[in-house]
Amino acid sequence: MSKKTRNITDTNLLLTITIVVFFVMYIGAILIQGKGFLKPQTFFNILNANAALIILSCGMSLVMITGGIDISVGGVTALVSMCCAVYLDYHNGNPFTAMLIALAIGVAFGLVQGFLIAYLDIQPFIVTLAGMFFARGMTTIVNTNPFNVENQAFVALKETRIIIPGLGSINKLGKYVNAYVEIGVLVAVLVVIILFCVLRWTKLGRGFYAVGGNNQSALMLGINVKRTKFLSYLLCGILAGIGGFVYFMHVGSGSASHASGAEMNAIASSIIGGTMLTGGVGNIIGTFFGVLSLSTIQNIVSSAGLDQAWWTGITIAAMLCLFLVVQSVVMARKKRAN
Amino acid sequence: MQAQKTGKTKVSDYFGKLFGRQIFIPIAALLLLAIFNLIADPSFYKITYGFNSAGDPVLSGYLMTILDYGSELAILAIGMTLVTAASGGQDISVGAAIAISGSVVLRVLCGTNSRPETLQAPIIVAFLVSCVVAMLFGAFNGTLVAYFKIQPMVATLILFTAGRSIAAWINNNELPIISEPSFSYFGGFIPGIPIPTPFFIALACVLVMTLVLRFTNLGLYTQAVGINENSSRLNGLNPAFIKFLTFVILGLCVAVAALIKVSRLSSINYSVIAKDIEMDAILAVALGGNPLNGGKFNMTASILGAYVIQFLTTTLYKMNVSSDALSAYKAVVVIFLVVISAPVVRNGISDFWKKLKLKVRVKEAA
Repeated sequence: MSKKTRNITDTNLLLTITIVVFFVMYIGAILIQGKGFLKPQTFFNILNANAALIILSCGMSLVMITGGIDISVGGVTALVSMCCAVYLDYHNGNPFTAMLIALAIGVAFGLVQGFLIAYLDIQPFIVTLAGMFFARGMTTIVNTNPFNVENQAFVALKETRIIIPGLGSINKLGKYVNAYVEIGVLVAVLVVIILFCVLRWTKLGRGFYAVGGNNQSALMLGINVKRTKFLSYLLCGILAGIGGFVYFMHVGSGSASHASGAEMNAIASSIIGGTMLTGGVGNIIGTFFGVLSLSTIQNIVSSAGLDQAWWTGITIAAMLCLFLVVQSVVMARKKRAN
Repeated sequence: MQAQKTGKTKVSDYFGKLFGRQIFIPIAALLLLAIFNLIADPSFYKITYGFNSAGDPVLSGYLMTILDYGSELAILAIGMTLVTAASGGQDISVGAAIAISGSVVLRVLCGTNSRPETLQAPIIVAFLVSCVVAMLFGAFNGTLVAYFKIQPMVATLILFTAGRSIAAWINNNELPIISEPSFSYFGGFIPGIPIPTPFFIALACVLVMTLVLRFTNLGLYTQAVGINENSSRLNGLNPAFIKFLTFVILGLCVAVAALIKVSRLSSINYSVIAKDIEMDAILAVALGGNPLNGGKFNMTASILGAYVIQFLTTTLYKMNVSSDALSAYKAVVVIFLVVISAPVVRNGISDFWKKLKLKVRVKEAA
């Protein structure tokens, strides 16, 4: 009788839950916190601050869909921003070469980790853990002290704001201010769209799902499992490089403690976005909303006056817990229904 | 000639057997590090007998540091090995859990005053309370993993994110300091005994675990659940409960490690205490050659692995590597070890040896 409900896949079900939760939360924030959240700029600020996290989470989702995990992304982000900062300030470089450096670091991490995991069959957790250790350590070896970048070309790039017409608000002085986003947000949106298309309509994208869903049957279908896994880590590495540069463009400084805990936030966003760690289930759009949900919660907590650092940690953990339990219950019920 | 030949094969057989043994990996790593230190600077092995600031006899030297600081890692490795074997995943919240249970110890000892002149409760009571709290948090992780079937790494991610915040919250974000000297015995020296106390505590834990593994079915059951959950259920085991139990045991280990950690400082620093120790504990299990996706385990190898990790850390510190950069070198060593112990690589190496031997034999025959 209900062909439509039966056609809802795991991916779509979890995606729907995520999107609904995000909207409920945002409307709740507007109701509780009042006007602040009604301003379009509040929403765009969330995007500005989390563009890098969106990109990192996309990479993380990709790897999680194939059934792996990559916890080196935060470390790579810190390493990229430190290397770029040193290059721009001490060697007076130009931002475009810095971008290439960022990409090269990402590719290097992706290649090595992908090779070790896919072809030597080593636990992804251990390899990327070592990758994280290595990246964090290398960051302090490159430069110990945090510093701000004063390179003019870079500062100009950092300050570039893209104005969104029609979505302004009137500030305290009674002046009309246009809403804006940073370049990073455009990059993030582009990444989300491209990855969404790749995962949905290309052979490679379907391969990721197949490998994550069932290694053995993917092999029997003639998919090159090892190469697919390798590619997922390589892509995640590249995205970590891009994300690192976007992060660097947002903060404009180099520091060893940058993006600490970013890997955990990325994993949390992916999970909230409906990606299952067992692999085979996930959606990039969900991840996008996962990041938004996570950062909205953070915003609500800090604007509610509970700005002691520990409340953020506890609320994110509680939310993660909630989503995990919901996921597991939904999955168990589905299994029983089948 | 004939005798020589058989002797040769015997030796190579012996090496082959040793190479195949699980405990070979940590021993090889230990030997490698030991030889490296011997060449780099033999004074590494010097142990001096002296007196500390309190006038008690103590042994000091890098080896003592390893025994001292490797102990809490070894204690954690015990619990982590069980969790790894049963659930096929790791608990990444041990560092945060140490912060929580250390915070509880201080809270009970200090009461409401953060700088007490005298202890508000006996140390044993504080320790027992922290044990209960740590086991409750272990049970929380265990419930998520065993009954909600969430992957261990993700389930413990929750406590990992929240743990240090909870720890700060327990003490109202104050930093209590304990001036009672007897509290520092657990992380330092008992007057009159020149060997650091943490080593004895670790030894006691290892002994208890050995007895438990020897006289109960815990080891067998954990391995059975880790190897095949379904068939162990069909054989009458309760896989969910066994998994749950391993997390509770890890909670107990965490409480012991936390007591040592807090006792070292007689205080606590929520964001720094036991930082990255979860990584070290997992590495200890990996270095012990235990498969990280569950199943068979070798407790001795894990404990040895913990001390090897500490050996590595101490070696790096001695070479004036700053504590921030330490992780980069550690990562390289870990990758090296993991690559060597990877089944693919090991099979490749043994194939290569066989081919080489065959070539030599063919040449000899010719």
